Amino acid sequence: MVVLPGNANRGHVRHDAGRLELQGVTKRYPGSDRPAVDDLSLIVEAGQVCVLVGPSGCGKTTALRMINRLIEPSAGDILLDGESTRNRNAASLRREIGYVIQQVGLLPHQTIAKNVATVPRLVGWRRGETKARVAEMLELVGLDPAEYANRYPAQLSGGQQQRVGLARALASDPPLMLMDEPFSAVDPITRERLQNDFLRLHRTVPKTVVFVSHDIDEAVKMADRIAVMRDGRLVQYARPAELLASPADDFVADFVGADRALKGLSLTRIEEIELDDAPLVEAGAPSSDVLDRIASGLLVPVDGDLLVTVEGRPRAWMSVERVTDGDEVPRGPVGSPGPIVDRLATLRDALSALLDANARTGAVVDAEGRCVGLVSVDHIQGSWNAQSESAMAPHG
Amino acid sequence: MEAGRRMSLWQETWDAFNNPINDGWGQLVTHIELSLVSLAIAAAIGITLGVISAKVGKVASFLVIAVANLGRTVPEFAIMALVVALSSIGFWPAVVGLVALGIPPILLNVYTGIANVDRDVIGAARGMGMTAPQITARIEVPIAVPSLFVGLRVAAVQIVATAALAGLVGAGGLGVLVLSGLTTNQDPVLLAGAIPIALLAMSAQLIFVAGQRLATPRGLRLERADLSEQKG
Repeated sequence: MVVLPGNANRGHVRHDAGRLELQGVTKRYPGSDRPAVDDLSLIVEAGQVCVLVGPSGCGKTTALRMINRLIEPSAGDILLDGESTRNRNAASLRREIGYVIQQVGLLPHQTIAKNVATVPRLVGWRRGETKARVAEMLELVGLDPAEYANRYPAQLSGGQQQRVGLARALASDPPLMLMDEPFSAVDPITRERLQNDFLRLHRTVPKTVVFVSHDIDEAVKMADRIAVMRDGRLVQYARPAELLASPADDFVADFVGADRALKGLSLTRIEEIELDDAPLVEAGAPSSDVLDRIASGLLVPVDGDLLVTVEGRPRAWMSVERVTDGDEVPRGPVGSPGPIVDRLATLRDALSALLDANARTGAVVDAEGRCVGLVSVDHIQGSWNAQSESAMAPHG
Repeated sequence: MEAGRRMSLWQETWDAFNNPINDGWGQLVTHIELSLVSLAIAAAIGITLGVISAKVGKVASFLVIAVANLGRTVPEFAIMALVVALSSIGFWPAVVGLVALGIPPILLNVYTGIANVDRDVIGAARGMGMTAPQITARIEVPIAVPSLFVGLRVAAVQIVATAALAGLVGAGGLGVLVLSGLTTNQDPVLLAGAIPIALLAMSAQLIFVAGQRLATPRGLRLERADLSEQKG
């Protein structure tokens, strides 16, 4: 439910999420021989992320846009929390549904703060509440309000703009978010970061999300449920693991791809596997401590190297000799921290990062960028083997 | 003028301008009045039609744009002559002619300004629950403002220049000095009309360039700067 003025919880991140139900939704365009969306029925439980995937022209975007009635269905009904959206005023319905598109579409003549405040202003929040909410939303998406609130869209990078797009969609605390290929227009590194941050955000604010993607890897990573569409019809609606293990037909199997085992790596996040302890030494710490810890077995160098950190964040891999050369652990950046992997990254993301860096191990970091352990190619392979034996094996 | 003591041409022009017979100051005021009234009416009509034609269906907007473009090709002199032929002489007939002249550039620029607003911005705004009037008032019009000022500038310069012809139709203005200078072969009188007209046109240009800068939302200025950087 939307936060209404007068609600005691106003101004704080809430945990409202709605249950979405599509019942036989069909969209027919005049002059077209087959419907763009044909008898689509599916349920998205409150707080779940449902990803609609399929080749272009399969009707996934049309389906999404019927949910907030940017496109009116020709037949069928859409229920939000059991209530039909058909009889609602379309504009007021849309104000209760967050909307994020690939092109972001920020208002170029307004500041970031005003952009984020769009829906609160439309529904008449008081100025002070709106201002507090804007700051809160910007922080939530990882943009410092003090720095960004008064900037303009043209001053932001593509990735930052999409963060603002997310903040804007969340500002009025909608129970449902619609996201139309939100991360497709940015470079792969930014995309992965946005995906991880979105997953993190979804844990804080578990909204119901319908997410359109053409990328099966993204779908497997983001979704609680994946809806595969083809020619306007729903071909399979299943959990990611189920979809990979048992595709409903040849089309789904083709779409998922021959490398299903590799895709299975996207099912597991780094945080779900056991990590190695990282040999962390904080810059500026006394060298004698480092040597003591090595001697007592508390610190185990990896191939003779230690990972120097600054406030817990990986800074550089250095040999034990160099680390303990002076009285204290060197503060200057000497060497590279190697590949760095987000805890929310999938095993596939991690493997790709390790291969790119031609490294056997990578530092795993939390949301604040602090190192929480090491992941290695061996780890990933171990997890892969375990998975292949259980999930992948039954399906021929 | 006494022989052997020729005044400079500038001095003669200044004297002609101040000569009560020519009434340079009075005609200057009339000229400005004519121009301002005409520009105001042209702006009101041009903006309204521009917004409407950007919002209505393609066929209707195509017609309006075609007529406006055609209007720009008709010579100023022909418009003034036509107005006199169809009505009478005096201040208001001259205004009608000048308004007809000022509408097309304003209309066309408002139209392009609105039509060029990024479709994705409109799409996102609709998706967030803005109504059509809200989209027009809060997005399309502010974004079209710089373009509007281009239209106003072109119209203003054209009106100021063409208002010189108002002298022909008995509406007064600096054109009267030009005309009498021509007919009596007195260059100083002619210049006493022509120079202020040129200065007025240049001032109009400067005023609207400055106005455009002031009225352009900061975010859009940054966007432009961004674009030119990428090109350069």
